[in-house]
Amino acid sequence: MDVLPYLVAVWIFLVGCYGLATSRNLIHAVGCLAVCQSATYVLLLAVGYRDDATAPVFSDLEPGSRPVVDPVVQALALTDVVVGATVTALLLALVIQVAKRHGTVDPDELSELRG
Amino acid sequence: MNDLLPLLVAVPLLGAALLVAGGRRLPRVVADSVGCAVAAGTAGLAIVLSLNSSPPMVEWVGGWTPVEGRSVGIVLVGDGAGLGMAALASLLTLAALAYSWGYFEEPPRRHSGSFPALVLLLQAGMCGFAIAGDLFNAFVWFELMSVVAYALTGTQVEEAKAVQGALTFGVVTSLGAYAMLMGIALLYARTGELAMARIGRGLDAHGPPDALVLAAFVLVLTGLLIKSAAVPFHFWLPDAHAVAPTPVCMLLSGVMVELGVYGVWRVYGTVFAGPGGIPAADLERVLVVLGAVTAVIGAVMCWYQRHIKRLLAYSTVAHTGLFLIGVGVLTPQADDGVALYVLGHAGVKAALFACTGILLDRYGNVDEHALHGRARELRGVAVIYGVGGLALAGLPPFGTGFGKAVTEKAAGGPLTLLYVVASAVTAAAVLRVAARVFLGLGPTPEDDTEYETTGAGERPETRHRLSRIPDTMTAVPAVLLAGSLAVGVAPGFGEVVAHAVNEAGSGGAPVPAPHWTPVGVLLDLASTVLALGLAALAVTRPDLLAAPSRARPLRRLQSGHVGDYVAWVLVGATLLGALALPGLLT
Repeated sequence: MDVLPYLVAVWIFLVGCYGLATSRNLIHAVGCLAVCQSATYVLLLAVGYRDDATAPVFSDLEPGSRPVVDPVVQALALTDVVVGATVTALLLALVIQVAKRHGTVDPDELSELRG
Repeated sequence: MNDLLPLLVAVPLLGAALLVAGGRRLPRVVADSVGCAVAAGTAGLAIVLSLNSSPPMVEWVGGWTPVEGRSVGIVLVGDGAGLGMAALASLLTLAALAYSWGYFEEPPRRHSGSFPALVLLLQAGMCGFAIAGDLFNAFVWFELMSVVAYALTGTQVEEAKAVQGALTFGVVTSLGAYAMLMGIALLYARTGELAMARIGRGLDAHGPPDALVLAAFVLVLTGLLIKSAAVPFHFWLPDAHAVAPTPVCMLLSGVMVELGVYGVWRVYGTVFAGPGGIPAADLERVLVVLGAVTAVIGAVMCWYQRHIKRLLAYSTVAHTGLFLIGVGVLTPQADDGVALYVLGHAGVKAALFACTGILLDRYGNVDEHALHGRARELRGVAVIYGVGGLALAGLPPFGTGFGKAVTEKAAGGPLTLLYVVASAVTAAAVLRVAARVFLGLGPTPEDDTEYETTGAGERPETRHRLSRIPDTMTAVPAVLLAGSLAVGVAPGFGEVVAHAVNEAGSGGAPVPAPHWTPVGVLLDLASTVLALGLAALAVTRPDLLAAPSRARPLRRLQSGHVGDYVAWVLVGATLLGALALPGLLT
C-alpha cells in the first residue's frame, strides 16, 4: 500500500489548522478552512484509488472487463464539495458583515465577546 | 410504518422550500402558521413513530436494499432513542416558532418566510441526524444543521457581535465536521462500508484495534464533541449563544448540543463497541475525564457570568459534561438516566432562555448588573424563571431531578458529588440572577468590566421594545417547564424511555425501569438546597463569593479569538488520542 497520499492528506489538514490558528485575516482563515477540507478530498480519493483502474463510467465499458476505482468515494467527495461550497460561501458572507460592522477583518481586533 | 421514516426529514424540508418560495408574498401570520403547522406535523409523526419503534425500523431510502450483503443505499434507522431525539427536536422547534410568533423581527423586512424556513431546515437536519443509519449521512445532516445554525446565529447581521459569534461558531464546527469526515473515510477504507452497524461488524472481522481504528475514533469523536461542546472544544458555544436570537438559543441549547452527545453514544455503541473497536475501559476513561472537566469548568464559568445568555450557555456546557459522564459509564441504567436528564433539561433550559428573551425584548439588556431590580413588575416571568432555576438544580419531581438521580446512582462514587455540585452551582447562578433581576434583592453589584462580556446595550429582537409581554412569549416557557415536570411525574414515562433506549443500546437486555429512589430524592434536595444557599450567599454577601482573580486565567482562555479556539480543538483531539491510547498498547 502506498502511504504517500495519506501522509499528504494529513499534512494538508495540519497546514490548514496551523493557518487557522495563526491567521491575521478572516478571509485568509476561511481559506485555511477550505484547505483543511481539501485534505478530506485527498483522503477520500486515496481511499478509493486502484492501480491501473479506470473511471467507473460504464457507457463504453463492459462491466467486469477491467478494474474501476471505487465510485462510492467519488460520490462522497462530490457531496463534500457541495457542503464545502455552502460553508465557505456562508462564512465569507459573514466575514463581509464582520468587515462592515467592525471595520476590520483581523481576528486580533475583534474583542467584543470574551470572558 | 417504515415508509414514513424519510418523511421526518422530507416534511420540514418541503415546508422550508415552500416558505422560501412564497415567503415574499405571504403575510407574516400565514408564514408563521405554515412554519408552526409543519413543525407540529413532524413532531406528531416523530411521536407516533417513536411509540411504534419496537422492534426498530430500518428503511433503505429509494428501495436501494443491500445486494449480497453489500450496500450502497442510504439507510435510516428508527429506533427508540433516535426517534425520541427527533421528537424532542421537533417539539422544541415548534416551541421556538410559537415563541417567535409574530413578534420576532428579522432584519430583511418583507421576507417573512425566511426565519421560519431556516428553523424548519434546522429541524430537518436534527431529525435527519437522529435517524441516520450510516455515518456519511450522519455527517451530511450534521453539516446541514450546523450551516443552518450558523446562519440563524448570525440572523441579526446588523449586530457586530452577532456576526462575530456566528463566524467563530462556523469555523470551529466546520473544522470538526471535516475531522469527522476524515475519520469516516478511514473507517470506509478499512471496512468498505458506510452503514454504522456494518462498519462495526467489519472492524470486528478485521481483528483487534490498531492505529487506524484509534485515528478514526479520535477524528469522529472530535467532530461530535465539538458539536456537544465538551471542554476544550466548547469555546464556540458561549459566543454563539450570547449572540443568537432567543428562539435559536432554545434550539441550540435544548437539543442541538445534546445531539452531539447522542452522536457519541450512537457511534460508540454501533461502530466502536465491538472487539475490533475501542475497548470499553478506554471509552469510559475518555468520556468520564472529559465530562468531569467539562462539568467543572462549565459550572465555574457559569458562576462568573453577568451576561445572562452566556450564563445559561455555560450552564449547558456544565450539563453536557454530566451527560457525557453518564454516557461514558456504559451501563444501561446510566443511558436511561441520561435520556431522561436530556429530556428534562431541554424543557428547563429552553424555558430559561425564553424568559431571558422577554427581558431582552422589554429592557434591551441582558446584563445581570444593569437589570438589578428592574424586572419587578414581571411577576409571571419571575415565577417561571425561579422555578426553572430550581428545576435546573434537580428539584424533585422535575425531569431533570429524575434523570440526574438515575444517572448519579449508575455513575456512583465520587462522581455523585460532581453531579450534585455542578448542577447546584449552575442552578445557583440562575437563582442569583432571578433574585437580583426580578426581586431586586441585595446591593447593586459592583462593576468589574475588565475582561468580560457585559450584556448591556443589546438590541431587542422585536420591532419595538415590548411594553406588554405577548401571551405566546410567556405561555411557551410555562408549557416547556410543565413538559419537564411531566418527564419526572408522568407514570410509566421512565419505563417507556428506558425501554426505547435499551432496545437501541443494549440489544433489548432486560433492565429494571428507572424510578425515584429515596437516596435520589435526598441528593436532588441536597443540590437544590445547596443552590439556594449559594444564591442567597451571592446576593446578600457579594464580596464573599466574588473572587474573580482566581477564575481570571480561566476566563482569559475565552478570548473571542477564532485562532485560539482552533488551537484548543487540536489540543483536545490530541488529548482524546492520549486518553484512548492505553487500551491499544496492551
